[in-house]
Amino acid sequence: MMSSPAIETTKPARGRTFGRVLEDHLPYLIIAPAILILLLVGLFPLVYSLIVSFQHITMTENDTSFAGLMNYAELFKDTRLWAALGHTAIITVIALPLELLIGFLMAQLFIDRMPGRQLFVALLVLPTVISPIVAGATWRLMFDVRFGPVGQILSFLAGEPVRILWTVNPAYVYPAIIICEVWQWSPFMFLLLLAALSNVDQSQLEAAELDGASYLRVLRAIILPAIAPVVAVACLIRGLDLVRIFDIIWALTEGGPGSMTETISLYTYIQGFSQFETSYTAAIAFLVIALLTVITTLVLKRMELAR
Amino acid sequence: MTPTLLPSRKTRILALRYVGAIALTLLFLFPVYWLFMISFKTPDEIYHVPPLWVPGQIQFSNYYVLFKDGDVVAIANSLIVAGTSSIVAIILGTLCAYSLARFGTGGENLAMWIISQRMIPPIAVVFPIFLIYVYFGMVDSFFGLILLYTAFNLPYVIWMMRGYIVDVPMELEESALVDGLNRWQVIWKVVFPMVRPGLMATSVFTFVFAWNDFLFALVLTRTEVITFPVQLTHYFGGQSNFWGKIAAMSVLGTLPIFVAVTVMQRYLVRGISLGAVKG
Repeated sequence: MMSSPAIETTKPARGRTFGRVLEDHLPYLIIAPAILILLLVGLFPLVYSLIVSFQHITMTENDTSFAGLMNYAELFKDTRLWAALGHTAIITVIALPLELLIGFLMAQLFIDRMPGRQLFVALLVLPTVISPIVAGATWRLMFDVRFGPVGQILSFLAGEPVRILWTVNPAYVYPAIIICEVWQWSPFMFLLLLAALSNVDQSQLEAAELDGASYLRVLRAIILPAIAPVVAVACLIRGLDLVRIFDIIWALTEGGPGSMTETISLYTYIQGFSQFETSYTAAIAFLVIALLTVITTLVLKRMELAR
Repeated sequence: MTPTLLPSRKTRILALRYVGAIALTLLFLFPVYWLFMISFKTPDEIYHVPPLWVPGQIQFSNYYVLFKDGDVVAIANSLIVAGTSSIVAIILGTLCAYSLARFGTGGENLAMWIISQRMIPPIAVVFPIFLIYVYFGMVDSFFGLILLYTAFNLPYVIWMMRGYIVDVPMELEESALVDGLNRWQVIWKVVFPMVRPGLMATSVFTFVFAWNDFLFALVLTRTEVITFPVQLTHYFGGQSNFWGKIAAMSVLGTLPIFVAVTVMQRYLVRGISLGAVKG
């Protein structure tokens, strides 16, 4: 620190002005590399793909003539696409409330101090940080009809052999995916809700208890309003993740049987990388972005209103 | 039985909560246990009907095979790619965050644009990125994957570090400037020590996100820089799944994460909620 005046006197004038220039433009200089990378890898592909989505490019034909809105019109006729959107919606609509509910109950269990609480929380959070592809693989092993423990436990409980092809039988593929999903992400909700619940005003809770208010009333009047912002953020983060669900399904069912569990991400992947419908895939991608933008904006609007 | 021998209501509730906590933990950790346990089984034990819940002995042949066949290269690749991209993202992202937090560069709009970059679903950008990478010959290269993960993690780093830097009292920096330090010195000697814990936590999460990614790696790697999640899916094949390999590879790919996240336990909430919930 003391050396800086000494350096200034020995530095040649030009070096000093160069340093000055550096410092004058510092805000922009230090922001530039990050923004450049984001533009290059984030924005540029989007713009490029917007252009491609108006063309005729497939694997066999590099036809860059403009197709107008043809690819987008195609979207509305594509029943497999809408089925995939439906599958995505089913998984999201079932898994998200389940994760929220289970996470809330878990948080309720741990909200009061107890010796060893930290250890329990640390252990319970582990599923959330596992790679989703590993989570899918793990449950594929768990669900195996012959060598997995799930069938064994169910057989034990039922008292007779239960043979369920979880990842193949149309009646059970959705439960299988949702079990895996809920197992991995309920702890995420748990962690966030635990933090939110411990921030609820204790004096209000005590006052309500003195007044003899029932638990349901306390929940409705004090707890839920207090944790609402966190719940909204948690649902937004998880909701966006669920809409783009890919890894778990890839590992568990690969979209099967047939295309029964094909979600929008899987369908986009198949169109792009095994059908090589380049232009059409780009159009699908923009449909997805548009949908997510609408959802995010709506949620954010509601959150603003709630505040 | 006299009433005095009965445990108090408080103790009974606590006991019930412990029962619940232990049951819950067993339920949630059972799949993890199953995965680890399979990795130590012999093939005979893996394909035993009914399934065995405990291996006869701990043996490492499933791991040995991964080393012998050279499949562990995938773990090394993951380490290189996730490690390097995290370091780059942390350095560039923190500098950018400092500019946003202290000079308000670009205003609120720039900050919002940056965080919105994180909301874009990977599936929407992976295809154009693939086309561009093919054009520049960057598919299946370390540089390509590292660049992608850096870009993918930058919004997260910027957003988190902006939060941590805003928490550093402005007066500290101002008095350091008055003392004759220039901006670089202020960043390095005043701000950096203050945000170091947050920086460490952010680095860990950045690493975890890159480490766990499957979609980008699936699309952008072939043979040279295959990462561990992609390698894992190679063991799934129609009739015969190589369960021993699946389990051993999964364990190798999971242990580093468990260690890293356990160390960073304190920052978990803030880290995974994008700072929206200060844990």
